[in-house]
Amino acid sequence: MTDLSKRSLMKLAALTAVASAVLIGCGKKEEAAPAPAPAPAAVEAPKAEPLKIAFAYVGPVGDGGWTFAHDNGRKAVEAEFGDKVVTSFVENVPESADAERVLRDLAGQGNKLIFGTTFGYMEPMLKVAPDFKDVKFEHATGYKTAENLRTYDSRTYEGAYMAGVIAGSMTKTNTLGVVASIPIPEVIRNINSFTLGAQSVNPKIKTKVVWVNGWFDPPKETEAATSLINGGADVLMQNTDSSAVLQTAEKLGKRAFGWDSDMTAYGPKAHLGSAVINWAPYYIKATKDALEGTWTTGGVWWGHKEGAIDMVSIAEDVPAETKAKIDAVKAGLKDGSFAIWKGPIVDQSGKEVLAKDTVADDAFLGGVKFFVKGVEGKVPN
Amino acid sequence: MESLALLFASSLNAGTVLAIASLGLLINEKAGIVNLGAEGMMLCAALAGFATVVHTGSTLAGFAAGMAAGALLAAIFGGLVIWLNTNQYATGLALSLFGAGFSAFAGTRYVQEKLPEQMQFNIPLLGDIPLLGPALFRHHPMVYVCVGIVFGLIWFLYRTRAGLVLRSVGESPESAHALGYPVRRIRLMAVMAGGALCGLAGAYVSTVYTPLWVEGMIAGKGWIALALTTFATWRPARVLLGAYLFGGVTMLQFHLQGIGVDVPSQFLTMMPYLATIVVLVLISRNPTWIRINMPSSIGKPFYPGA
Repeated sequence: MTDLSKRSLMKLAALTAVASAVLIGCGKKEEAAPAPAPAPAAVEAPKAEPLKIAFAYVGPVGDGGWTFAHDNGRKAVEAEFGDKVVTSFVENVPESADAERVLRDLAGQGNKLIFGTTFGYMEPMLKVAPDFKDVKFEHATGYKTAENLRTYDSRTYEGAYMAGVIAGSMTKTNTLGVVASIPIPEVIRNINSFTLGAQSVNPKIKTKVVWVNGWFDPPKETEAATSLINGGADVLMQNTDSSAVLQTAEKLGKRAFGWDSDMTAYGPKAHLGSAVINWAPYYIKATKDALEGTWTTGGVWWGHKEGAIDMVSIAEDVPAETKAKIDAVKAGLKDGSFAIWKGPIVDQSGKEVLAKDTVADDAFLGGVKFFVKGVEGKVPN
Repeated sequence: MESLALLFASSLNAGTVLAIASLGLLINEKAGIVNLGAEGMMLCAALAGFATVVHTGSTLAGFAAGMAAGALLAAIFGGLVIWLNTNQYATGLALSLFGAGFSAFAGTRYVQEKLPEQMQFNIPLLGDIPLLGPALFRHHPMVYVCVGIVFGLIWFLYRTRAGLVLRSVGESPESAHALGYPVRRIRLMAVMAGGALCGLAGAYVSTVYTPLWVEGMIAGKGWIALALTTFATWRPARVLLGAYLFGGVTMLQFHLQGIGVDVPSQFLTMMPYLATIVVLVLISRNPTWIRINMPSSIGKPFYPGA
């Protein structure tokens, strides 16, 4: 036998040894885990099986924004229903073919209520739902439903509008900046609502927009925020999921908002307020529907009125009259006397898209594909 | 004009990350070793640097930790390819994939951490010159350190005996061996020095450039740094210029959007890579260019006594 082949044989032997050690290790773990489980179950036999609920997240729970807010909703469900439910989550599920595999896997594991928490899971959920008729699927921010798939969303534009009111009163350059994610109606609507809010207190406002083509990419969000500030924007908002924009504003001495979750801690000096989403009321309702057998398909769109949207932790240096205006907006949204999307609203070309005193319905809001006057740049197609 | 000066400034900042990492890889390649593990080393170093700053509050300690992490991974890589003669490309790829996975796994608890407040830098007097000041003189010291590294490396490679030995190891390890130089140890030192610089770049990203930790945050900068060494035909000064150019294109895609120029942002994202291919084609048309500058034993294993 030559020296070379002897050596490779030895390597092979070593590899096999390592591999079998790993396999044995794994096997042991699996054996050990289920063994003690049957004992307590046998004692408390009459108890109903807990409802298994799973969440698929697009980013990490630690993003401090979008996914963090969803996970707070999940925890609220656990607190509300105690041992009647068992929740689990999978984080960092990309908006690609992988999502379908993850969702299929979650359904296969016996979860009876599954939440997909990003727009990009729409097609995967549509594909998976018909194969698991006894599983209820809930899709956030989408618009396609099925017999066992319904949608839910929050009116994030209400938070964007309130951020706009504050931004309009705080800017010195009359130039605002938005770090935008992906050009879907929700994001375009938020940019518009932010601008409308700012124009309600300061008609000279211009809004610059930079797209990063992703939901969670902190380095890109940082670069985009830097270039907006370089371009003269002194108050920034973002429709992305991390705290990078706020941190960039803090570093460069400008102002910005928290988005989805309260981000005060990430930029105490720059922070003007946080437009937060509270998913807890909806998640509790959905769980209740599933537990009591009252679940039906459909779609809901909750806002400040239902406790799903709020503007919190407003900075101390925001003038009292602006704070009063925010309170008035909140009260108006609550009792229905105020509408953000109320005509006249004109688009960039000056064309009237909403006639005077007309209030936009949800179908109109769901299809916003234009920028209102005051936003610079074109909507990417 | 003011916004152009700031665009220039942010391009220098973005380019600095690429330049430091690429200079490290240049040292490797001058000694005949190609380390495709740059991305993985930078990710691990970014995490090491970030975690160190979280616990100690000192950015300098963070840089040191990043350099140590980079050098350590490079030493493992060096041990494999220099002594065990594993294939450099395959081992480097494995290091990249390992680094990405390992940093994501080990960094879970740091995802939501935040760093202490950062200092703003402004060189007195020079920083107050209109236009030039904000463009050139208000940067983090690392931007100037990077320029210093370039000059230091030029001096080392082309003006010192040690630099000559390093280059000879990359050109003809057999001859260097025949002259009595410890080829393997020299290669290991070069690989570790390169790893330390990649680590420094990684730590700069997570502690200064985007001061937070998320998995995969290097986002391909390690690969661009690898391409840059070829792009620059293994000349340190050209590496720096190339890095600034790539940094400029990165920032330009956002800048153009901000001023409302109607160019699809995806098109601009691919520009740096397109530029690399064009330059590589141009360089390859002239064989002497490559022959003069490319280390002739690059990527080849060395068997002493063979």
